[in-house]
Amino acid sequence: MKPAPFTYHDPGTVDEAIALLGQHEDAKLLAGGQSLMPMLNMRFVVPDHVVDLNGVAGLAGITDAGDALEIGAMTRQRDLMRDAAVAAKAPIIPEALEFVGHFQTRNRGTIGGSLCHLDPAAEQPCLMAAYDAVLTVQGPDGTREVPFAEWPLAYMIPSIGPDELLTKVRVPNWAAGHGYGFAEYARRHGDFAIVSAAALLEVSGGTISRAAIAIGGADVRPIRLVEAEAALIGQAANAETFKAAGEMARKIDAISDAYVSSAYRQRLAATMVERALAKAGSRAGGSA
Amino acid sequence: MADTRDIEVTVNGERHTATVETRTSLGDFLRQGLGKTGTHMGCEHGVCGACTVLVDGEAVRSCLMLAVQANGHEITTIEGLAEADGTLSPLQEAFWENHGLQCGFCTPGMLTSLTAFLEENPDPSEREVREAISGNICRCTGYQGIVDAALSAAKTMREG
Amino acid sequence: MGVRYIGAEVQRMEDPRLITGHGRYVDDITMQGMLHAAFLRASQAHAKIRSIDTSRAAAMEGVHRVFTLADFAPEYRKPMNQLYPAPVIEQNKTQYPLAKDEVCYVGEAVAVVVADSRAIAEDALALIDVDYETLPAVVNIMTALEDGAPLAHADTSSNLMGRMRSKFGDIDDAFAKADHVFSADFMQHRGGCHSMETRGVIARDDPWGEGLSLWTSAQSPYLIRRALATWLDEPEERVRVIAPDVGGGFGPKAGFYPEEIVIPLVARALGRPVKWIEDRREHFVSTTTQRDQHWHLEVACTSEGKMLGLRGTVTHENGAYIPYGILLPNSSLMPLPGAYAIPAVDVGVDIVFTNTVPNSPVRGAGRPCGIYAVERMVQTVSRELGIPPEEVRRRNYVRPEQMPYETGATLRGGAPLVYDSGNYEALLDKALDLADFAGFKERQAAARKEGRYLGIGISSCIEDTGMGPYEGTTVRVESSGKVAVRTGAASQGQGHHTMIAMIVAENLGVSPEDILFESADTGKFPHGVGTIGSRVAANVGPSAFDAATKVREKALRLAAEVLEASEADLDIEDGVVRVNGAPDLSVTLGELAVKLSPASALRVPAGFDPLLEATSYDGSSGSPIACGSNVAEVEVDPGTGEVRVLRYSVAHDCGVMINPMIVHGQIVGGVIHGIGNALFERMIYDDQGQPLTTNYGEYLLPLASEMPRVDVTHMETPSPLNSLGVKGAGEGGTIPAAPAVVAAIENALEEFNVVIDYYPVGPQYLCELIDKGAAQAAE
Repeated sequence: MKPAPFTYHDPGTVDEAIALLGQHEDAKLLAGGQSLMPMLNMRFVVPDHVVDLNGVAGLAGITDAGDALEIGAMTRQRDLMRDAAVAAKAPIIPEALEFVGHFQTRNRGTIGGSLCHLDPAAEQPCLMAAYDAVLTVQGPDGTREVPFAEWPLAYMIPSIGPDELLTKVRVPNWAAGHGYGFAEYARRHGDFAIVSAAALLEVSGGTISRAAIAIGGADVRPIRLVEAEAALIGQAANAETFKAAGEMARKIDAISDAYVSSAYRQRLAATMVERALAKAGSRAGGSA
Repeated sequence: MADTRDIEVTVNGERHTATVETRTSLGDFLRQGLGKTGTHMGCEHGVCGACTVLVDGEAVRSCLMLAVQANGHEITTIEGLAEADGTLSPLQEAFWENHGLQCGFCTPGMLTSLTAFLEENPDPSEREVREAISGNICRCTGYQGIVDAALSAAKTMREG
Repeated sequence: MGVRYIGAEVQRMEDPRLITGHGRYVDDITMQGMLHAAFLRASQAHAKIRSIDTSRAAAMEGVHRVFTLADFAPEYRKPMNQLYPAPVIEQNKTQYPLAKDEVCYVGEAVAVVVADSRAIAEDALALIDVDYETLPAVVNIMTALEDGAPLAHADTSSNLMGRMRSKFGDIDDAFAKADHVFSADFMQHRGGCHSMETRGVIARDDPWGEGLSLWTSAQSPYLIRRALATWLDEPEERVRVIAPDVGGGFGPKAGFYPEEIVIPLVARALGRPVKWIEDRREHFVSTTTQRDQHWHLEVACTSEGKMLGLRGTVTHENGAYIPYGILLPNSSLMPLPGAYAIPAVDVGVDIVFTNTVPNSPVRGAGRPCGIYAVERMVQTVSRELGIPPEEVRRRNYVRPEQMPYETGATLRGGAPLVYDSGNYEALLDKALDLADFAGFKERQAAARKEGRYLGIGISSCIEDTGMGPYEGTTVRVESSGKVAVRTGAASQGQGHHTMIAMIVAENLGVSPEDILFESADTGKFPHGVGTIGSRVAANVGPSAFDAATKVREKALRLAAEVLEASEADLDIEDGVVRVNGAPDLSVTLGELAVKLSPASALRVPAGFDPLLEATSYDGSSGSPIACGSNVAEVEVDPGTGEVRVLRYSVAHDCGVMINPMIVHGQIVGGVIHGIGNALFERMIYDDQGQPLTTNYGEYLLPLASEMPRVDVTHMETPSPLNSLGVKGAGEGGTIPAAPAVVAAIENALEEFNVVIDYYPVGPQYLCELIDKGAAQAAE
């Protein structure tokens, strides 16, 4: 399984990369390669041009921007797992990344690559949905910001133009001591989740004051359980509450395919949401 | 006209220069370009792990990297794990002692992955070793001999 | 006496090369002038080929030629021969090397491009235009024999490949006098090959010199040589087949493939060596596999659970063509009655064509299916009568005093299936002990309190191993004193080199390091059979032993003359023959070899044939029957349907173990393969015959993270059927794994009345069973 021939480019700056995208209509961006290379090898994609981002200056790195973390699109998943600021401010990220592929793939894979590839079962888009992360996209006419809710356009298609580049992701902080929990069911360690759930909670005096629940793998885009989140406010952070939230998750519209039925995805959604919330609840400071 | 680039890579401590077609994977370049056939291609879509090599010390699937991306980097393959005088690494010895291979096809990826893993995790539990090699498929051994070899090598290296 | 190797855990002699990256698999071999091939494969499961236009592909730079069947000489536009003809086969459909005018499965080879590189060859594939006329495809074996079902082959009137039956004993009497008759319906779905090395062939034709040579990743080089030579109508002597290092075989590499005809033909046409390496996607659609087999079975038994008879019908998936005769369905029936003294069996198989990849044995062949069926009936009897499953087994096992026990079934080749030796109840006890079966109830109750569901399951099996006719060995001492050992036996990881070196070393009095080993090369050893059905140790072990014995005897006879001593006073150690009590009196094996291969004008000593060598084809007189009991302990998560195998225990008897470390590796590897079949490995086709699981994200192989440790204990009941007492061990781990795991899952979910009728047991399916059971319980 060898790729079809292409012309390879390795720009050194973001502007160069954008210029190349503008010049060449049929170009694919190469980030970590863990998703694109299999597709190239199998000839599922046959681009005329491949633009390698691995040499572009300034696209990788993690900055603590006070009220948020700013993560460069080319930041390796491995580095996200090892970073002290991420561990302190957004601990759900390293927790979830344990489920993402294997350490060999995390050595190359990037957060930007995952967010642009937008596999419905991928964990990183699910996290960004929970965070209402803001994505910065740069094109020939400058930069624009895309709230994550507006990022997935269709199945594996993000809202990014053919001559635009995702440069960074802004992950807003939750209060110190917030509860977090990531749960997924995959058949084997490292597999894409059949269904995953990310839960963030702020709890004070034993009651929930803020909640975000995102489900991955049930639809072409991560689903925020807005109703369940609202219902959690003011509730005790206990097992009963979390089970009820799980039951609300069972009602989502889940896709069906040749491998997995929608009913099973719904069942998993209920179980994963309950488990993610339970983890979040046990970690939240301020819980009873 | 094929799209080519000139690259310079250090493989197992030796510098090589070559002109490669840009679509050539790192794995194919090592095997065919440099004749180092120790690295094996088992699936070419990044799941089986047989093609794993170390790039600047980090374990990477060589079927998912282009040879041109290795320009200026240091690669270690299975052929580079033993000492120059042929002395096997503790991990290689442990594979031999613990029947950690049968057909040998997944073995290059197992050895490179575990070499990197044990460097960062000198005292792993069995569970941690199993998760570490969950990105490497073996159809012959059932993994037990490999796990035993990794734990044994870790012990030897801690005591050495 | 000399050093004892047999029974010792000698580190493998294969390993130093392999752990340093110096293996030599087919794709590692390069030759001057070598070209590279890629196959165009059918993208539809069933279609007529109206036309193929290869002109654009042939014109591409770097492409040497493109071939379809029409480009071969007329005498080669014929289908492959049936390797294993049998009267059972009613419609003998074999594949053409390249499709003629019809394709019958996605993956069938249609054309081949030969180019400067594989990448260019693949580029050219995209330029080949095939005009297909889609035909209806048949995929479901359960409806394939109904009126109006789509036909797998357009020129036939039915999808029936053939029918077989295993019938012995008085079945009507068994069912008439039974206290109870219970039935079960279940589908078995075994998986594919998925050796980590895919297939691959290099062909080089040297008509003025060596003839035709093939390097191929195969289990049966001699079968390939004969099949290819016969098909080409050329002498075997002018066809050489070599299996170099082979990265796993598991059964599907034991046959003869269309590519093993096409690559030689194109190499010949181009006058250059040609290499083809199967890529992983091709492996999914063109390497033979096992898939569906449906059983409807009834058991007649007494109120005490004593089984009197088994009867039923099986529907077996053949796939589109017949690469392997009826070996697979035959080996599914033949293990009945399993480890039990069931006097009557009447089970018939309908073998059905489908428009899918042809089926052939995968580790265990049909034996896992036959044993699964018997074990399911044992579980059914246990459940229906409320008798513990281990007790049902005790009441039914063939007893040691009944050995040799003629079951009534027949092996391939017509010989009766006779259990030669073994103590099945003792093996059960050992397995239960190893599994701490006695403590399970407590573990289960404690887990239940935490909301966790544990279950335990048992299975027992027999395995016919060591099928003949032979696997020969030549042992020859050369002038340096090194010992050249040659055999036809092919290895795909089983450590044959080490095993044979151990036997020869011990018997001849040399060190294993002094043995120079060659195998699996038809040019270096005259004839062999193949590595299948756990047959090699039980055949090559005795032949190596016999050949080494004969060399030893000859050496001692000559040494006695040379040293003027009595043979009885001589010993061989480390390649040196010494007189006991007079250590200065010695002669080396190398010196003896020189005496028997003297220079011109000298003479071989009187009364001796030249050379210090012997060849033996000694093997097993009959089929040594290995046996075992397995215990699986699982945890089921009702929230997700996930099954985790926590613990797995094996009590196994494969007779005398030559290298216990190698045997252990075979058992553990086999068990994990079997667990993979039980829980993970599923090939999904849509109703048009399109395969939907063609990469390792969709088709799930067992990984280290989900697999348990396997605890193994052995009994060594020597087989009386060969000189070493050896029985085969390569598949005994796989054969009983699925029924043990399935029984354990049912045990964990007893309160939901879960009865499993399909494996692999996926989490969604299990959740459906749990939900159904919970709903019924609520009513």
